[in-house]
Amino acid sequence: MITKVRPHLSQNEALLFERSSPGKKAYQLPELDVPAVDAAEALGAENVRVSIEGFPEVSEVEAIRHFTRLSTWNYAIDYGMYPLGSCTMKYNPRINELVARIEGLAWAHPYQPEALSQGCLQVMARVEAALAEITGMDAVTLQPAAGAHGELTGILLIRALLEKRGNPRKKILIPDSAHGTNPATAAIAGYAVENIKSSDTGALDVGALEQLVTGDVAALMVTNPNTLGVFEHNIIQAAEILHRRGALLYMDGANMNALVGIARPGDFGVDVMHLNLHKTFSTPHGGGGPGSGPVAVKKALEPFLPTPRLRRSGKKLAWDYKRKHSIGRVRAFYGNFGVLVRALAYILAHGGDGLRNATVDAVMNAVYIRKKLEPHFDLPYPSPNLHEVVFSDKRQEAHGVRTGDLAKRLIDYGFHPYTVSFPMIVHGALMIEPTETESKLELDQFIEAMISIAGEVESDPQMVKNAPYGTRTSRVDEVTAARKPVLRWKPQ
Amino acid sequence: MRYLPKSDSERRQMLDACGFSSAEELFAHLPEAVRLNRPLALDPGISEYEIVDYFKRRAAENANGYASFLGAGVYNHYRPVLVDTVVSRGEFLTSYTPYQAEISQGTLTAIFEFQTMLCQLTGMDVANASMYDGSTAVPEAAMMAVRATGKGRVLVARSVHPEYREVLRTYARNQGMPVEEFGYVAETGSIDLEDLERRMDPLTAAVIVQSPNFFGIVDQVKAAARIAHRHGALLVMVFTEAVSLGLLEPAAEADIVAGELQSFAISPCYGGPFAGIIATKERFIRQMPGRLVGQTTDSRGNRAFCLTLSTREQHIRREKATSNICTNQALIALMATVFMSVYGKRGLRELAEQNLAKAHYLAGRMKPQPRFTGPFFNEFVTRVDGRSPEDLNKALLKKKIIGGLPLGGHYPELKDCMLFCATEMSTREAMDSVASVLAVAKPQEVQA
Repeated sequence: MITKVRPHLSQNEALLFERSSPGKKAYQLPELDVPAVDAAEALGAENVRVSIEGFPEVSEVEAIRHFTRLSTWNYAIDYGMYPLGSCTMKYNPRINELVARIEGLAWAHPYQPEALSQGCLQVMARVEAALAEITGMDAVTLQPAAGAHGELTGILLIRALLEKRGNPRKKILIPDSAHGTNPATAAIAGYAVENIKSSDTGALDVGALEQLVTGDVAALMVTNPNTLGVFEHNIIQAAEILHRRGALLYMDGANMNALVGIARPGDFGVDVMHLNLHKTFSTPHGGGGPGSGPVAVKKALEPFLPTPRLRRSGKKLAWDYKRKHSIGRVRAFYGNFGVLVRALAYILAHGGDGLRNATVDAVMNAVYIRKKLEPHFDLPYPSPNLHEVVFSDKRQEAHGVRTGDLAKRLIDYGFHPYTVSFPMIVHGALMIEPTETESKLELDQFIEAMISIAGEVESDPQMVKNAPYGTRTSRVDEVTAARKPVLRWKPQ
Repeated sequence: MRYLPKSDSERRQMLDACGFSSAEELFAHLPEAVRLNRPLALDPGISEYEIVDYFKRRAAENANGYASFLGAGVYNHYRPVLVDTVVSRGEFLTSYTPYQAEISQGTLTAIFEFQTMLCQLTGMDVANASMYDGSTAVPEAAMMAVRATGKGRVLVARSVHPEYREVLRTYARNQGMPVEEFGYVAETGSIDLEDLERRMDPLTAAVIVQSPNFFGIVDQVKAAARIAHRHGALLVMVFTEAVSLGLLEPAAEADIVAGELQSFAISPCYGGPFAGIIATKERFIRQMPGRLVGQTTDSRGNRAFCLTLSTREQHIRREKATSNICTNQALIALMATVFMSVYGKRGLRELAEQNLAKAHYLAGRMKPQPRFTGPFFNEFVTRVDGRSPEDLNKALLKKKIIGGLPLGGHYPELKDCMLFCATEMSTREAMDSVASVLAVAKPQEVQA
């Protein structure tokens, strides 16, 4: 039975272009206090456009209603739980939003004098120090804009170190359970990708690693805990194998929410890793960004970090641009500063103990869900899990219902779907990560919903396959969207 | 802790249900050697009030109450109130990437509008759902050109933002993608077409030109495109000042447009988060990086939107993807979308005209006249006579004015020059102050 939600009216809304009409306006500029300039004269008539064909013209009231109506068509953390595995959709504290908008921070220009940017630099130094302590690494760059960007930075650092040692090598090893960004990143950094098959328990196969780490291998990219939510218990051994043969260990920190305060990558052999501040450190996902992907490294990699580096000179902080071994810049300016402010607010709110308590609750929530759902769904890998748990749709498939169908039905119960069909080593995966910020009530409702759906699969599989029913938009035809792409509005 | 929504008795119940006697047992399976057996060396958690206080104190250590004439890729434009009102809604702020189309139509519809408006502004057929920023959009555009042409070399104008060029070099280094630069004409500040022509060869995949360029000059994109096309290369047009699109003829001759939307209601925020964009012609769609939203229908036949053409992307294609990008800048793109809706067709032009008028007023008040003769939008380079740009900026700081960007660091030949920007936010009074400080010929008089 569906207990968490009931239908309510939702407003229809046309596209901006369809409700536009000439002469409507939502803006007013101040009276120009200098003489007007003739654009054609100043810029050359050939450089000046006649108009912006098709651009909307709406009033202020219509603009706010437009976006408010659109907003109500979204699910969001503020509505309820997002059990998306590997995405760490936790509560986004509102204090973070408030402090990120303080004028002296939000309106700081990246080229204003360093003497007048000390507040920004202090914030960044504090974030660097906190992340170094949390990860057990020696140095941190805050420049990368998101996780995949951090990965690229990390692999370029590895390449730079190996080049300095005389040979950048050719390959990156990546487990078959990895996020797609890992192999895509390796390719952009100029490396070939070799996949490592996971062991029967879904873990990193150290025996296979022993065979695969040749003089051609630059690094292993590993997610820990892996995408099954299982800690790679051979990680120290893996690091030793790599290091013995001059290769490095890269850790994808997407699942760091399972480790903060419990274990530190720097203590188990990781040479370089990235963090996703929009996952572990609560900065809002915003419908797909912005993120921030700081990279933490051991001492040996520090000389190669992107320019500029923050450095202390006396009581002041300054940017150091003269770093001859640096891989260069990975983006303009210094990183997604506004996201760093939010992450620091989160770290300050929790403190060291609070961060550890958050990890404990995150793991407890996932273990609790596993315990309650295990009787109803196939659990392909029985190793103890940390912050997430992965089931397969094996039992439901017997009734012709796949993980994607179960996920869509979950929407009717008032929840966002879990992560569907990932990791690829699980046939028909249901990847569930509750995070620490779900109440017991919300978890119990989720569990009830999942059990109820498992029952529906047996009694009425076709009904489940056509879900969702309660949304204003029913199952969306993604095949036609890709076959006949319509990527912009055009007048009829 | 206030973000953890459970009582101790609920925790007890949950652990009991799982058969654990304590929370520590949840981690008992971790190898002893990996465990951190001490508390994190971080300060204890603090209250909301203390957090606000901490950041207010940091903000007070920054520039406050200064008029600024910095541009150079980050512009000081007014931010309509509606922008923050919309992006503060939890439904936008706290939602995930819209993979589940049925419960993400709000974000998807807004992105579709964003893509459409970017096409209208740039004259391209298709625009993606955003890149990290303008600087990373440039190497992504270059890689796109490499895939589309099957060639490997990239020619970039020296008048493209220096930091964008640095990012391009970082990305290019390991991809067998040689990057070379071509110059600008010393008198006009516009790209040197002869130098470009000289450096073109049959292996060149892309010619990258910025307009308005780093010096603020509306550059010769059309002429550059003709040269690029004659040699079988693509023309990538870069922009950092999106407001200029309200006034400038779109570069229909460009094959790819890679730009930065910070000017569209995105606060400077010490350099980020911003939102980049890649737009292109229809025939290059499948070479595009990043997410795309497409129109389709739901099973009841109603219009609906979803993420599409994802077979280009890393989560499907892995090492063969067009890019490794995953998370983009959706919420920032939404800010730009609201901004474009508020200003609309006439407002964006009016805004651009005000920028043009302000910058030309400031330039007109200054002596000497701008260093370059090319047409400029809202930034221009000026030569400082008799003292260094740094000294001039010191004098301006005393008047609570942050001056222009000294150019010597990136352009040694322009070490006596600085880049000034004026926007609709620049008051006549502040501009007159700048002009009067600049007019003082000798440094000792400034200090007096």
